Amino acid sequence: MKSLIHRLQQHIPVSDAEIDEFLQIHAFPWVEENTVLFFYRGDAEQVRLRHWIFGLPSSQDFFRIPSTRHWVLQADIPHQSRIEYKFEVVQRGHSHWIRDPLNKHLAYDPFGANSVCQGAGYLTPEWTLEDTESRAGTLEDIEIDSQAYGGKRHLTVYLPARFRPRRRYPLLIVHDGPDYKRYSSLKFVLDNLIHRNEVAPLIVALQHPVQRLQEYPDHPAQAQFTVHEVLPLLQERYPIHDLPQMRGLMGASFGGVATLSTAWRHPEVFGRLLLQSGSFAFTDIGENKRGPLFDPVVDFMNRFRKNPGKFSEKVFVTCGMYESLIYENRSIVPLLQKTGMEVEYRESRDGHNWINWRDHLRDALTWLFPGPLWMIYE
Amino acid sequence: MPHLIVLGPQRLEPTVHHILKEHGIDGDIALVSAGWQEREEEDEELREVLGSHCRVHNLRIHARCEDVFHADTELFEAHRARQDQLRDLQNLYRFRLDKLVEAAQHLFRHQGDPALVLPERADAIAAIQRLDQHHLQRLQLVHQNFEARWRSLERPAIQQQREEIHSVLGYCPTIAIAGGHVAVLLNRIRMLGIETFFADRRLVAWSAGAMALSDRVVLFHDHPPQGAGTPEILDLGLGYFKGLLPLPHAKRRLNLDDPARVALLAQRFHPSLCCALDEGSRIQATSAGWKIFPHTRLLHTDGHVQHFSHATVLPSPHASEHANQFPSRDALPSAEKAAALDSFTSATEIPTLASFTSATEIPTLASFTSATEIPTLAPKGESR
Repeated sequence: MKSLIHRLQQHIPVSDAEIDEFLQIHAFPWVEENTVLFFYRGDAEQVRLRHWIFGLPSSQDFFRIPSTRHWVLQADIPHQSRIEYKFEVVQRGHSHWIRDPLNKHLAYDPFGANSVCQGAGYLTPEWTLEDTESRAGTLEDIEIDSQAYGGKRHLTVYLPARFRPRRRYPLLIVHDGPDYKRYSSLKFVLDNLIHRNEVAPLIVALQHPVQRLQEYPDHPAQAQFTVHEVLPLLQERYPIHDLPQMRGLMGASFGGVATLSTAWRHPEVFGRLLLQSGSFAFTDIGENKRGPLFDPVVDFMNRFRKNPGKFSEKVFVTCGMYESLIYENRSIVPLLQKTGMEVEYRESRDGHNWINWRDHLRDALTWLFPGPLWMIYE
Repeated sequence: MPHLIVLGPQRLEPTVHHILKEHGIDGDIALVSAGWQEREEEDEELREVLGSHCRVHNLRIHARCEDVFHADTELFEAHRARQDQLRDLQNLYRFRLDKLVEAAQHLFRHQGDPALVLPERADAIAAIQRLDQHHLQRLQLVHQNFEARWRSLERPAIQQQREEIHSVLGYCPTIAIAGGHVAVLLNRIRMLGIETFFADRRLVAWSAGAMALSDRVVLFHDHPPQGAGTPEILDLGLGYFKGLLPLPHAKRRLNLDDPARVALLAQRFHPSLCCALDEGSRIQATSAGWKIFPHTRLLHTDGHVQHFSHATVLPSPHASEHANQFPSRDALPSAEKAAALDSFTSATEIPTLASFTSATEIPTLASFTSATEIPTLAPKGESR
């Protein structure tokens, strides 16, 4: 089979039968050490790789092997990388974006699904998968009349396995809660990490945004909703510790901005923060070039960067190296550290996506809410 | 007549009910589940594990301690102050321990002239053992001072609980000690002085229950999500048995495929037998020594891990102290016993237990294997 790959790499024609035989055992893309070979079979005028890797051209042309319907593209893929991608296939002058038909690995997000190329050394962490050994927590939906937003809002509350009303628990509030559950396997992650005593049993409140692109970039109503409506309601209904170090807030992308903005507007309310690939765009000079959606973000970040202050205790920051926001996330770390807060920062070779955020959850949650791992021998 | 069975975790593949049956133990059994903390009395799972042929009486140790705290607030305050003191002491110990273990790991990783390297490794281990011993002495002092000052077992609130427990134990010749939070379990047993009732009863203990009964409680995890995974001494155990270090959930918590880590752990706690306890594991005290059953693994000072295909007796004077209860079933035919002992002594670098004088004894350089037998440690990728 290596010879088939070699011939494709050398753009030497191979037969459909040989490809079919190869596909019975292997799949594309073919990853070998630090290179990846993408393959497409079909009639087309042009085939391109479309991806979301900041730093590389977002569109790369495949090479058609002469006199065949076979298209190949070889690219670099550093160790432990994850790349989400699609193929752009041009037929009769029309361009279609499709998932790689030969790749079963998919990653889902609110916009659909992408194909995934996993570099050598990347493994799906086993703690993100459903484990029948783990005692499962429960979910319950609650409704809240929000004055801040002037209408009903929904929360989903995760109660850890063996929840006891007479015990007090730490609380974690999650922006984009349903997406974290659906695309980052948050419930399995919580079940597993709590069961293994790596994370303390937590109550986790999943916020359901309505217009996240308006609500999350430093909207005063969002901070008001979280601190003055969600938090009191949860404290009334559930046994929650009344200490900042027992309260956490987290979010990704614009949810990261909402987390930072809410915690900054209400210092010392949340002692534990998780900021994942925050859209922390700022300007040192000149205008925001990321479009009008980012105007409130840039305005907030510029104010925040002038006067961050100490507003929490422990902050965990994560970002993917292949994100356009990597510079902004790297630069916020020393800023936060200077305030005297404890800050941890992790990067991975991944993009701005839910799997990247999922893969950092163990590091983050075990640092923010460590469980009695060393003490429990059941 | 003291006696003892030590088991691995029971939740997923329980074996305790078979073992109780095998020894003809039925009827009334006292259960200690204080390691489950406030869930102590949600013990349906444990009752099921012990089997329907037994009448289980939960001693409610955790709940009783809560009652004591409510009734005797002075003791409660004193207890809390002692726990703070122990916590501070543990942090001080960790500052020193982490550096010593890191140094030892470097030395185990280092390849060089054995004549130069081996004495350094041995001294690095000895330094850790000295610190462990120092820590144990400091812990002992804290406990002794507490007892001298508060004489807890003489206080009415505790005496009342002890009387009630004693009356239950009057018809329970067997005590089962379940796993859970080892610090809480140990603390609550010690607070009510339950160990003073162990003397004439059969004990069956698993996971944290087994750890608490040992002479020292060692916390361990080779690959925690945060930190370097340095095993540490938490406290003196109840000292019901010696010379055996139970390591429950070894499959998940220990990297037994890394001979250097195994060697470091086994050498550090030498001469105690470091026993990996997983589902199906079982160790039983016999008059000849510890009887190790299949599914139990033994960590050796040269880094290898011994599996047991059949029950094997390892000689130990400590085990024989607890052996009297099961003489008829445990007595191996003499030929079989001799063969078992031969196979053990040929397979291990551990000197016979009889050659050890005390827990403080530090192994001599001669007891360490050559540099070529100890593979290098994997690069330290973990971060705390």
